[in-house]
Amino acid sequence: MELARGHVLVCRGTGCTSSGSAKIIEQFESCLKEKGLAEEIKVVQTGCFGLCALGPIVIVYPEGAFYSMVTPEDVSEIVEEHLLKGRIVKRLLYKETIVDDNNVKSLNDVDFYKKQKRIALRNCGVINPESIDEYIAFGGYTALGKVLTEMKPQEVIDMIKDSGLRGRGGAGFSTGLKWQFTANAPGDKKFVACNADEGDPGAFMDRSVLEGDPHSVIEAMAIAAYAVGADQGYIYIRAEYPIAVERLNIALGQAREYGLLGKNIFESGFNFDLEVRLGAGAFVCGEETALMTSIEGHRGEPRPRPPFPAVKGLFGKPTLLNNVETYANITAIINNGVEWFTSIGTEKSKGTKVFAVGGKINNTGLVEIPMGTTLREIVYDIGGGIPGGKKFKAAQTGGPSGGCIPADLIDTPIDYDSLISIGSMMGSGGLIVMDEDTCMVDIAKFFLEFTVDESCGKCAPCRIGTKRLLEILNKITSGNGTLEDIDKLEELCYSIKNSAFCGLGQTAPNPILSTLRYFRDEYIAHVVDKKCPAGVCKALTAYVIEPDKCKGCSLCAKKCPVGAISGEIKNPFTIDTSKCIKCGVCQQSCKFGAISKK
Amino acid sequence: MSEIKAPAFKDTAEQCAKLMEVIEKHKGADGALIPVLHEAQEIYGYLPYEVQKKISEGLDIPMAEIYGVITFYTQFSIYPKGEYNVAVCLGTACYVKGSGDIIEKIKERLGIDVGQCTDDGKFSLDATRCIGACGLAPVLTVNDDVYGRLTVDDVDDILNKYMS
Repeated sequence: MELARGHVLVCRGTGCTSSGSAKIIEQFESCLKEKGLAEEIKVVQTGCFGLCALGPIVIVYPEGAFYSMVTPEDVSEIVEEHLLKGRIVKRLLYKETIVDDNNVKSLNDVDFYKKQKRIALRNCGVINPESIDEYIAFGGYTALGKVLTEMKPQEVIDMIKDSGLRGRGGAGFSTGLKWQFTANAPGDKKFVACNADEGDPGAFMDRSVLEGDPHSVIEAMAIAAYAVGADQGYIYIRAEYPIAVERLNIALGQAREYGLLGKNIFESGFNFDLEVRLGAGAFVCGEETALMTSIEGHRGEPRPRPPFPAVKGLFGKPTLLNNVETYANITAIINNGVEWFTSIGTEKSKGTKVFAVGGKINNTGLVEIPMGTTLREIVYDIGGGIPGGKKFKAAQTGGPSGGCIPADLIDTPIDYDSLISIGSMMGSGGLIVMDEDTCMVDIAKFFLEFTVDESCGKCAPCRIGTKRLLEILNKITSGNGTLEDIDKLEELCYSIKNSAFCGLGQTAPNPILSTLRYFRDEYIAHVVDKKCPAGVCKALTAYVIEPDKCKGCSLCAKKCPVGAISGEIKNPFTIDTSKCIKCGVCQQSCKFGAISKK
Repeated sequence: MSEIKAPAFKDTAEQCAKLMEVIEKHKGADGALIPVLHEAQEIYGYLPYEVQKKISEGLDIPMAEIYGVITFYTQFSIYPKGEYNVAVCLGTACYVKGSGDIIEKIKERLGIDVGQCTDDGKFSLDATRCIGACGLAPVLTVNDDVYGRLTVDDVDDILNKYMS
């Protein structure tokens, strides 16, 4: 590789690509050429930097200037000023990084990154994911080399066991034990598989790893295959992730070309190859047995366990199935050792966890924190708090299978066991922040709509039960609920939990149970007072004009699509609630803040 | 689900040859059906009866099983999509930021429900699961164009672009 005087890193993760980063790369390349800098400055496309809210993101080295929300029009200014004349374009800098006119703070000193520890995401936003050479330059494939030439399969398994690594897909089962079970299972043909069917709405950690560092997963799967005695692997990935699929396929091609996949890898006699299989939009396929049924080409319905996949999995053969993020930790453990890994995190939850932080929070994006970090640190220190000075109400972890963490438990350390003890779960890593404007009954309803939609229909408790739960929730949010409905809801939740066939059904009631546990008063307000305290459930809210604030300008009356507002100019107007369709246009149009939801 | 009117299936020699190629490539492999369906949908845009029939004969898998698989997965469609497919993300991050209101507005404007196509074949509407652009929530896509950080007021402008 030629040495360049400077590097322009442009994020090509899904977030930044959606806001136009492909165009920015083109623009940089043509501008640099025009100025004759094409040889001196290299433009590199990278994976996700994590701070998706500020995308598209461009970082210019050696200065480490972090430009946010860059538009194609800004590019010529960056080239002209920064790259040609050496003056950082202050206007475009992420304001947290500004020290003074000529200096910028290192990213590691910025609040968003300071408390993070990047293991699974170590290469994301650092290397070009479409270049195997860059991966190798950052220590890639040394772990595979070490394992194949210096270690016995059992030594690898012992190392993973000793590291205390637990499954990052959410359930938190010991990864080393899983490897051991698969290795112990009798059979001459075994498979390894990777679960990249990230179905939790609001989670995009696995996608970012595959987009930003696909080789780390491929290398780890080869190591796992060696440890358990497999020679073939599958990566099952959502078809909704076109960029990740493309990069994965590029990476597989490069690895084959370099002899890191295929026959007799590192002259060790070990053979291994990988195939990508696309999901087709079914949440249940994130469940391990359903995923395997889907790879086999059928409707993705779960199968009974036992037999567990370690004994009888894909095509009836012993199969090791791990999640993307779990694999992304493997090479770091092999390279840096068990002692290093166990020094991070808490007693029972070692290492880090990646969260996709979204919802009502300033710094939406991807964060990787040591286990044991508190929710408060994530929301306020890393996430930059709630927009508009609103109050934090709750955070939802674990998506449709998880639960919420209310404001008074914000100091709960994030690890597998603490989250279970408060009725939520780690989940795959979606973390949605909610403020005072979020109705918890409505959120429970949102998740139930999701599970009703996604229930595969195999077992009655999930197919019929979740539908009944949703009906009761609809009754409550439309103002027709009674106190008995709340009891019925709770009772039905427990019966589904105890009787559903697979993980999807067993966890489907969790969003209801946890909102009932912490926000029962909101449910009661819906059924007894017939009010939605957050003003979300339309049937239970009414728009009113406050007479003392209304100036009688008539703007709202003009905007109202159904003519429900009337009055005389310069006198307070009123809303006819029988005509009002609660569209909220009047509230948005009022310049005096005189219209509110009651 | 309400009955959706679908135009008659058209097949060109080129499409047909491509499909045969795809079937031939995967034939006999373990779990070939789903990759074949993905690629067939890529060729035709959807998976009508006629295409299912060819796959059934080519891979020697019963029609009932193929229909079962297609209807199980939301990615596969037995109806054609509109010229412009509007997809509103209803993932949690987008939902919390108001994508529910946005989809209502689009339904009202286009006069169709989710999963349907306008009579002139111009627009179809989908509610999608998380597309992973949570940093831009709420998000919608029109074919390959992504629109983020939306408010209800943006809907008209976006649709107008594709109306003419």
